[in-house]
Amino acid sequence: MDIFIQQLINGVTLGSVYAVVALGYTMVYGIIQLINFAHGEVVLIGAMVAFSVITALAPGGWPPLMVVAAGTMVAIPVCMAIGYGLERAAYRPLRNAPRLAPLISAIGMSIILQHLALLVWSRNFIAFPQIIRSEPYHIGGAIITNVQIAIIATSVAMMAGLALIVYRTRLGTAMRATAQNQHVAGLMGVDINRIIAVTFLIAAALAAVAGVMVGSYYGIAHYQMGSLLGLKAFSAAVLGGIGNLPGAMLGGVLLGVVEALGAGYIGDFTDNWFGSNYQDVFAFMVLIAVLVFRPTGLLGERVGERT
Amino acid sequence: MKQSKLVLTLVAAAVGLIGCGEEKKPEPPKVAAPPPPSIEIKIGSVAPLTGGIAHLGKDNENGVLLALDEANAGKIKIDGKDAKFVIMSEDDQADPKVGKTVAQKLADAKVAGVVGHLNSGTSIPASEVYNGAGIPVISGSATNPKLTEQGFKVQFRVVGRDDQQGPAIASYLAINNKPKVVAIVDDATAYGEGLANEVEKTLKAAKINVLPREKGTDKTVDWKAVLTKIKGRKPDAVFYGGMDATAGPLLKQGRELGIKAVFAFGDGACDGDKMKELAGEAAEGLMCSTAGIPAAAADSKFLAAFKKKFNSDPKIYSPFTYDAANLLIEAMKKANSADPAKYLPELAKMDYKGATGRIMFDEKGDRKDPEITTSVMKGGKLEPVAIFKAGQTVSYEVFLKAAAAAPAEAPKPAAEVAKDAAKTAAEPAKDAAKK
Repeated sequence: MDIFIQQLINGVTLGSVYAVVALGYTMVYGIIQLINFAHGEVVLIGAMVAFSVITALAPGGWPPLMVVAAGTMVAIPVCMAIGYGLERAAYRPLRNAPRLAPLISAIGMSIILQHLALLVWSRNFIAFPQIIRSEPYHIGGAIITNVQIAIIATSVAMMAGLALIVYRTRLGTAMRATAQNQHVAGLMGVDINRIIAVTFLIAAALAAVAGVMVGSYYGIAHYQMGSLLGLKAFSAAVLGGIGNLPGAMLGGVLLGVVEALGAGYIGDFTDNWFGSNYQDVFAFMVLIAVLVFRPTGLLGERVGERT
Repeated sequence: MKQSKLVLTLVAAAVGLIGCGEEKKPEPPKVAAPPPPSIEIKIGSVAPLTGGIAHLGKDNENGVLLALDEANAGKIKIDGKDAKFVIMSEDDQADPKVGKTVAQKLADAKVAGVVGHLNSGTSIPASEVYNGAGIPVISGSATNPKLTEQGFKVQFRVVGRDDQQGPAIASYLAINNKPKVVAIVDDATAYGEGLANEVEKTLKAAKINVLPREKGTDKTVDWKAVLTKIKGRKPDAVFYGGMDATAGPLLKQGRELGIKAVFAFGDGACDGDKMKELAGEAAEGLMCSTAGIPAAAADSKFLAAFKKKFNSDPKIYSPFTYDAANLLIEAMKKANSADPAKYLPELAKMDYKGATGRIMFDEKGDRKDPEITTSVMKGGKLEPVAIFKAGQTVSYEVFLKAAAAAPAEAPKPAAEVAKDAAKTAAEPAKDAAKK
């Protein structure tokens, strides 16, 4: 039983990172029906920038939390600048083009960003300086570390903050209006370009924080880390129903848990015919199964209405 | 109009290029007469110089650089001409596909010999290319048995094989830690899986319960789910077959999850500094093997020269790539030719005293009776604790004493002084290795 709880803790930690990244996909999709494939790379850049800052500050003797916070504070504006740049350079000119065109330019931007990271931070695995000691806490035989608690708490706080913005502010109202119908929202006096840009900025800020979380959780970063993470977060968004904010949160956590349980138990279920290296397969099998029965995702009823 | 002009320019440029290429080639023989005749001998060196294990690749390259530097300083004459050795260093990114491409590149450049590659996964496909081109290739670090089992006459290696390394670390683990249950994880590469299989065989032969294999990839950094599963089975030891870029996170996360078992690794994760960087305090107590003598036990002249040139100590396999490059040069001297076809037979029957001891090749191209070292991380430093040679484990002190007592003839003495306990426990290991 304690093993099961441990896998749940692993899964929820991983899942809350997925959820934060998935929110970025789903927000952008919700507002301009574009799958921003470069989003995973924004996470990567967030991790890398934070790494550089933390490495530079680590020997300074500051309190560890301050150093990580400083890293995050630098990573967020850098990622926001990239997010805004993406929207201006690659997506806005194509807003009225056929839907495939911005998709292709998204994939292109993802490759460009990845190789930019390769040029700046090299091909090597980068070890995050381990300045925060991980303190284990015991819960009924399972162990949760302070880093895991921090990741889950930060994710929940960010999701709550986002929900507040979207459902309780004028900006949020404008975003939802734009999502429902850009043209009409524009006629009602909503500055469409501004709202879309703000959406990209928020998504990029979330990605930056997710990057810092992933980097400090595993203690290692690599220029290709964004692609698989992005793909999984995108799947999480689809699982929850793309375009739907609570759906992305649910999908993210669910995917993380399924993955952890899959790696933990798939061998036992199949008499070791499938090993733990099939953990990704297991997660995607669940995704496919859900989509077969609910093509709009778990919470994605509204998507079907849109044309 | 514009286009046709462009085409014309391109054609002109191409003609110019071809012209250049033709002019260059015949140069050496033509102009060779007036100054003392010299030949340029290209030696290839292949290792991942970028990526997760670039630090190991650089170490391997340094060994070759040092050997060539010394050879050039030694004013070697081959076929009456002053030989100038030049390194052609290639980066295979630890990727089998890239490995084959750079092998082809070296073959096209007509290198006289190659030292490399670092990984088994890249060495095996590349060996086919070298065999086709007839270029001798000596690996100073690839340990998968298959490399020399393909029947290629050009393939050699100066380190041990995984069917020696696996039994070595496994029998040390069995004797020293007496585990009842062992979990084995690998990274699904030729090297990691091969080594893990050998370890499993040895442990099973010693009647130790081995859990079903867990796997990741050579890029996996999230081991939590796998480790949690392993934790539930309460193993006394965990062995991981893979490189340090993934082994570091594995070790760190294992300790975070509260796994108390001893963690053992192969030579891919036996760079003490890197493991400390990646795993932090969790690195303390880890056990790992290398398929040769410890770098620090190499010839003192080599160690001094290495330190002087690179201002750092050799990591793991640079003494071996150094020897590999020297073997190529030595064979060329003996055959008085840098032509692979002519010096290859000399290389095969070489009996050479290198920085890592006496080197002779068996009929497959493997080093005869290589040493395997097991080390343990103590107080932030990897300390050699045992040497495995010819099926026997001896403690490191005994090995050093024996080596000091009989410096000239390295091959046998260590084995004879083996402790009785070590002997008996190593028996099953030997059997397993034979199978």
